Amino acid sequence: MKYIALLYGEPDAGPAPGTPEFAEMLGEFQSATTAMAEAGVLVDSGPLQPPQTATTVRVRDGQTQLSDGPFAEIKEQLGGYYILACEDLDTALRYAAMIPSAKYGSVEVRPVMVMGSH
Amino acid sequence: MVARLAGDLSLAEDCAQEACAAAVEQWPREGLPANPGGWVVAVARHRALDHLRREGARAGKEREAVREWAAAGPDDCAVAGDDQLALLFACCHPALDPASRVTLTLRVVCGLPTASIARLLLLPEPAVAQRIVRAKRKIRDAGIRLRVPDPGERPARLASVLRAIYLAFTEGHSPHGTGTVVRDDLCEEALRLARKLHRLVPGEPEVTGLLALILLTGARSAARADQDGAPVLLADQDRSRWDRDRLAEGRSLAETALAQRCPGPYQLQAAIAACHADAATAADTDWRQIAALYSELLRFDPSPVIEANRAVAVAYAEGPAAGLAILDTLAASSRLARWSQLHIARGALLARCGRHEDAVAAYRHALALEPAGPVRRHITGQIAALCAAPAPTQEI
Repeated sequence: MKYIALLYGEPDAGPAPGTPEFAEMLGEFQSATTAMAEAGVLVDSGPLQPPQTATTVRVRDGQTQLSDGPFAEIKEQLGGYYILACEDLDTALRYAAMIPSAKYGSVEVRPVMVMGSH
Repeated sequence: MVARLAGDLSLAEDCAQEACAAAVEQWPREGLPANPGGWVVAVARHRALDHLRREGARAGKEREAVREWAAAGPDDCAVAGDDQLALLFACCHPALDPASRVTLTLRVVCGLPTASIARLLLLPEPAVAQRIVRAKRKIRDAGIRLRVPDPGERPARLASVLRAIYLAFTEGHSPHGTGTVVRDDLCEEALRLARKLHRLVPGEPEVTGLLALILLTGARSAARADQDGAPVLLADQDRSRWDRDRLAEGRSLAETALAQRCPGPYQLQAAIAACHADAATAADTDWRQIAALYSELLRFDPSPVIEANRAVAVAYAEGPAAGLAILDTLAASSRLARWSQLHIARGALLARCGRHEDAVAAYRHALALEPAGPVRRHITGQIAALCAAPAPTQEI
């Protein structure tokens, strides 16, 4: 099964850039990603640019409407993702717990829907 | 394993039920098979195959898995216990919400019909049915596998299983929103589950501890309410109505668990219940030991409710003023201010200190929080007794 791990956190959660703790966190990201890759479960992963860079697209009455940024002001922001191919939820949860965001914010694990061949 | 290989909880459950129904029908007629458990598994396996054949549109991979399983030898049947454990772990997976875990466990592991669960949990049947459907859907769609967790994750996952059984028991032992004091049916179901789990993992002290706790606490249920259904405090209970067999079994299990020197919250609660069981009369209770056990319990679960229980034990061991001091600190925290039991306990200790007016005020405070009928009757009884008693000339 494919799972997506969505990394959420408040903008100022976790260590500040430039501190030794920040470097340590980056190391933890690196070792989590390496562990996933070596186990053959990592499909894709990446950090996201901050929400200020986001553009929201809506199509209403056939008209494409664009707006700046995320729709609502929310405390926890989506900061990155991992796509994992695991045999079951428990395996995916084990890898998700290795992601430092689980310590500073939260990691939401969702199964990717399998579209039936109709 | 029926579930694991058919990959579909509903299907596996139906097949297992059909197999059991077939057993009820065939065994009296044709005699007990050499390996009854294996027989049920084998029949369930055939039923699963039939179902899957009928649902020809299923993914090829899944059909292959079931074919592989159906072709496997009868040796697999030896793991029937593990399969039940796998089912229990899946039903109590921490990814499911706690209320759903209890419901699903009663349905799938105990095999109770939805209507009975609705009666047990005092919920409308459609709500229970919906909860079960949602939980099963999550198990299937999120990829929760029916398996016994690896030894490394087992303690944490076992906690969730124990909690589901404990929740079912406490709900039966002190039911919300009903006029009754004890719901025996739900307590018995929780006891059956705890026994089943203990048979499956006899070496885990917390599993043994939970079974002991349920036996020791449940043994008192006949004495917990009077003829009118009003609650009877532990001190006032007719101890001859306690179930001696259950007390003895619970005490022996608690000792076995604690001897493993790996204490946990269920073992400690069982030890507290055993202290009460050991006392021939309320006056013989070893309150010092109970207060010490509550302190130990606080290390695992630093909740204000446990602190309040410790206060009551301290009041008996060291005098009401010492217990009252702990309760007053608790009452000052906003979290517990709306818990009627706290004010009832304060009322009792204030009365024992001779502070009748303050005691009445505490009881009235508890009444204002609208506790259940029998509890309300108990409070009004206490207030009436306090108002009738002559005011003490000095504090005792």
